[in-house]
Amino acid sequence: MKLNRRIFLGSGVAAAASLKAPALLAQGHGKPRVVVIGGGAGGATAARYLTKDSEGALDVTLVEPSRSYFTCFFSNLYLGGFKEIDDLGHTYGTLAAKYGINVVHDWAVDVDRDGKTVTLAGGASLPYDKLILSPGIDFVDGAVGGWSLAAQNAMPHAYKGGSQTELLRAQVDAMPEGGVFAMVAPPNPYRCPPGPYERVSMIAHRLKAANPTAKIIVADPKGKFSKQSLFEEGWANHYPGMIDWVGEDFGGGEVSVDPAAMTVTIDGEETEVHACNVIPAMKAGRIAEMAGVTEGNWAPVNAADMSAKADPDVYVLGDAAQQGDMPKSGFSANSQAKVCANAVRGALTESRVFPAKFSNTCWSLIDANNGVKVGATYEATEEKIAKVDGFISEVGETSDVRRATYEESEGWYAGIVADMFS
Amino acid sequence: MKLRWVFSVLTTATWLLAGPVSAEQIGDPEAGAKVFSQCKGCHQIGPDAQDRIGPHLNGVFGRKAAAHDTFDYSASMERAGADGLIWTAKTLDAYLENPRALVSKTRMSFRGLKDPQDRADVLAYLRDFSDNPRDLPEAEPTARGTDHDLDPTILAIQGDPEYGAYLSNECLTCHQSDGSARGIPSITRWPEEDFVVAMHAYKNKLRPHPVMQMMAGRLNNEEIAALAAYFKTLDE
Repeated sequence: MKLNRRIFLGSGVAAAASLKAPALLAQGHGKPRVVVIGGGAGGATAARYLTKDSEGALDVTLVEPSRSYFTCFFSNLYLGGFKEIDDLGHTYGTLAAKYGINVVHDWAVDVDRDGKTVTLAGGASLPYDKLILSPGIDFVDGAVGGWSLAAQNAMPHAYKGGSQTELLRAQVDAMPEGGVFAMVAPPNPYRCPPGPYERVSMIAHRLKAANPTAKIIVADPKGKFSKQSLFEEGWANHYPGMIDWVGEDFGGGEVSVDPAAMTVTIDGEETEVHACNVIPAMKAGRIAEMAGVTEGNWAPVNAADMSAKADPDVYVLGDAAQQGDMPKSGFSANSQAKVCANAVRGALTESRVFPAKFSNTCWSLIDANNGVKVGATYEATEEKIAKVDGFISEVGETSDVRRATYEESEGWYAGIVADMFS
Repeated sequence: MKLRWVFSVLTTATWLLAGPVSAEQIGDPEAGAKVFSQCKGCHQIGPDAQDRIGPHLNGVFGRKAAAHDTFDYSASMERAGADGLIWTAKTLDAYLENPRALVSKTRMSFRGLKDPQDRADVLAYLRDFSDNPRDLPEAEPTARGTDHDLDPTILAIQGDPEYGAYLSNECLTCHQSDGSARGIPSITRWPEEDFVVAMHAYKNKLRPHPVMQMMAGRLNNEEIAALAAYFKTLDE
């Protein structure tokens, strides 16, 4: 369309100008330096695109504590038995070997925005020209009465991929016959809006086969949730009588837990449970707060390039960012990372910068070969990333449609992990 | 010297053109709060809003017409809901422009907001009281995209202005050939591409105006291109 053509023209001129004076905007040192903190859907994608597209013009360091990264997306399918944990694990070898990314397995513990350095737990100090933070989520202290991180073994959150996911599945499998599984669902905004409800579906699928008289209780502080009519239809058809969702109107927000006694109290009524998944209120991963780019629980960013409102040389991607309409998801983080990488590369090498376009789709599995999806496209406005169009699966779809949706999600998983790691 | 001149002119142009790249918010919610004073006599909105003469308007975006249980709607509005009318930025825009044009016997006795900007602003204000897509990804959009789905080959059609002059007779019943805009927008001197995009948006029922949907609906690609070519030069 016209506007796009104009910006391409404009950028083309800028590119032509840069031929005359090919300046790499490093400040008094060799190649411009980009440090990326967090090797998930945002960070790994950003690092890969920065190096791939700049063809060696940038010095990119990726800081990620884990050597093996287990995706949080698709972890519910592990709970349902549709994936094994190894299916969800990925490593950073290709990013280092093929793209020359300096992958550092360490924790970032401080950011000095004046001195433009990142301090690692191991003591190293990394200087940067541009810093990209993609730290995912942490949990708000005291969000669920009686629960703290110290209780995460008794009552796992399983909302970061890996060992927590494995622990939760083991606990579900250890439930006594006719036992009770409870979930404490999180308030908005949180990572993966349909995630808790896909999880309920997957655990119901597991229990239906192994422990069909078991019950599931969901205490939810929200009055409604994503894909609600699709999940409710699925639960009624596939898991009749098994799932009890207690929403805001019935005291679902009035919850406390006792991890030692394995009880959950909802609106004053105490219930003994045999496995319990507590998903507390969330906030940006801690390094965003330490970098001083958060306001409240999240880091406000400019929609056009994902730069932090607090600092034009710091960018925040994915779950940690407060950007507007996009849900917090791996797909969103991956989408934002490409916009950000394009902008960062443009700022450091005068390469062409294109208008920001974002998209997201969240697939959820209700039962075997029964997938549903919700998705949208987004653009940058002055104020925020704004939703401009979207779609959602419908109730009553045929099994062929649902199977095709599930197969599509498998294709997406293969695609996004390739876009991050290969 | 000459190179430098070219460079500075072009960078200025870049700067000028770089402005309107972003998608458009539906409107300005603060301005919309003022426009909403015209609605307040009948409608409440916000945390303690209740049904009055009209239903409260929390969560109206994405809701089916007449779907708010506790309100007693007109039979006409009930029927619109049963027929599948969903309140979106597009349908609300058409409704606010002229309520009875969309729902013929609605009990909402309101003359309508004729100024598209007023409608856009009040919609932005109302939008803030409905679901946030961040929390419910399926919630209604909050901005209009810059993209359109038009096939580039349709945009590439060279219109025949003579044929356009013939076809324009229908348009000129309402739209003025001198470009004046009294109640009906001016359509002269538009860039051809914008004209073609707008007409196809009516044809595909993306733009809400029922009369324009009908008019554009029976024009083929060549005819739309011809009209674009004709109206571009009409008032020069």
